[in-house]
Amino acid sequence: MDVRLITLLIAKRLLRLTLVLLCVALVSFGLMMASPIDPIDAYLGPQMAQVSPEQRTLIAQRWGFDEPPAVQFGHWLRQLVSGDLGWSHVYNQPVSEVIGQRFQRSIALLGGAWLLSALLGFGLGLVAGAKEGSALDRVISTYAYITASTPAFWLAILAVLLFSVTLGWTPTCCAGPTGTLSQEVTLATRLHHLILPVTTLALLGVANITLHTRTRMLELMRSDVATHAFAQGASRMEVAWRHGLRHASLPAITLAFASLGELFGGSILIEQVFAYPGLGQATVAAGLRSDIPLLLGIALFTALFVSVGNTIADTLYGIIDPRIKAGEP
Amino acid sequence: MLTIDRLSLQLPFYASWWRRDWTTCIEAFSLPFSAGEVHAVVGASGAGKSLLAYAIMGLLPPAARLTGQLFYQDQPLDDARQRQLRGRELALIPQSLNALDPLVRIHRQVAWAAQRAGHPSTIAQHSARQALDHYQLDARAQQAFAHELSGGMARRVLTAMAHVSQAQLIIADEPTVGLDPLQRNRVLAALRTLADQGKSVILITHDLRHALPIADQVTIMRDGKQVETASASAFQGTGSALTDAYSQALWLALPDNNFSPDVIRAQEQTPKEANIA
Repeated sequence: MDVRLITLLIAKRLLRLTLVLLCVALVSFGLMMASPIDPIDAYLGPQMAQVSPEQRTLIAQRWGFDEPPAVQFGHWLRQLVSGDLGWSHVYNQPVSEVIGQRFQRSIALLGGAWLLSALLGFGLGLVAGAKEGSALDRVISTYAYITASTPAFWLAILAVLLFSVTLGWTPTCCAGPTGTLSQEVTLATRLHHLILPVTTLALLGVANITLHTRTRMLELMRSDVATHAFAQGASRMEVAWRHGLRHASLPAITLAFASLGELFGGSILIEQVFAYPGLGQATVAAGLRSDIPLLLGIALFTALFVSVGNTIADTLYGIIDPRIKAGEP
Repeated sequence: MLTIDRLSLQLPFYASWWRRDWTTCIEAFSLPFSAGEVHAVVGASGAGKSLLAYAIMGLLPPAARLTGQLFYQDQPLDDARQRQLRGRELALIPQSLNALDPLVRIHRQVAWAAQRAGHPSTIAQHSARQALDHYQLDARAQQAFAHELSGGMARRVLTAMAHVSQAQLIIADEPTVGLDPLQRNRVLAALRTLADQGKSVILITHDLRHALPIADQVTIMRDGKQVETASASAFQGTGSALTDAYSQALWLALPDNNFSPDVIRAQEQTPKEANIA
């Protein structure tokens, strides 16, 4: 592939990403307009009663609420492009700062859980598929079916009850001990606080990837490729290692990257249960307290995050399976 | 080299939810295969040709019921010995081109075949290249993926994988399906060469006409039964050297001969054949 082709490819991807973000912006803005939240009430909070109607109209005028929605959307979009996401009144900080800080903490939780669930799920699926019908396969499959049907928050509550309350092995909440400045929290303490949320989130992510990898492995083991390998004297383990690893990685990669969004959703619940101050908790706070700029900012950011994940999956697909050529429409 | 002694194969199927029945796929099949010969096994679809190949290789599903005995170089060929000899002494050129892994480069797959035959990995790389060169697959084809090859090239890759193992008994399952005359002759000539090197080649095909020029012996199979085994020279003229009416009819039905389907029609169709038709 020459440089021109790669540039073209990247340009195409970026264009597509921009279009996706634009659509998300449009839809979320429309939803906010349609929602019963009055941004002025939300901004004023309890001081609502002390403000006269004249003052309210003044604010509305100043903020441009008297203009048609299309013009308002235009204003917002123009600010967005210049990098200004607005002011979050819940945290009393610019939205971009809130998202930046929160994301740093969430990425430790999300990334840890994601990596753990992808690797563990893929490994378990490979083993179960290669040893179909064995005791090990049955144990792994049963485990996967059970966790696949377990709600995230419920497992999280059970985990807190057992490990934090009863056994006292892990802290019950937060990203660090209460009453300590976040700069003073050591890495070890941070990790200690992460263990339980990460494990809970990973345990649930594992099931999906395990089951799909296992199915793909079973399919492969019955295929002409495997029969041919057996005819050459290969053992089941060898076929699993040489052929299975490649074939099963395709669904695993799709799932892992497609589940980024799901994981993000799961983290909202988990962060709520563990009171972990991440992006998920900020989403809930923004939703409950009508912080519109923050909510819109998070919606856009999540869309960006998931789109980038899917783009990576797309690219990896082309590398692993030569029949799928990246860049060809 | 390989002797099959009254081999019968039954496979289970479910007649209804709970009732398991057995269908007989190969019945009392006895045949010697000798070194240095191409032995063609000819029959219609569903005659049990491929199953015969799998039975020899020991690749049948675990549920299969196999009776009779196999002898390889005068010693019984049981499960354990099959497992030991697969890929080293016994090689299979599979019928389907899907047998090539679509995600692995050709040269690598052939090197794996060499490794499975017991070559150490450095030598395997080298012998894979040699085997592919031998079948006129150039450097580009060696670095290609399966979907980038033509049918004839993929066939030759499969042959190279059997060749690289140095196996003494090679079973080629329908190696000429879907090939143009030039490619077909190339593949058949490659098989003949293997036999001339003193190996035993079992050529499974439904294409009697193209098997004859390279075959020494021909066995006609029908419905899992062995109809007749004759030397290739018996298929000549009006087929009067053939003893069985079915093989005679098969011979006469070829376009080059009488092209007379009447003779085959006069033969009673078995229920299984009627099913497939």
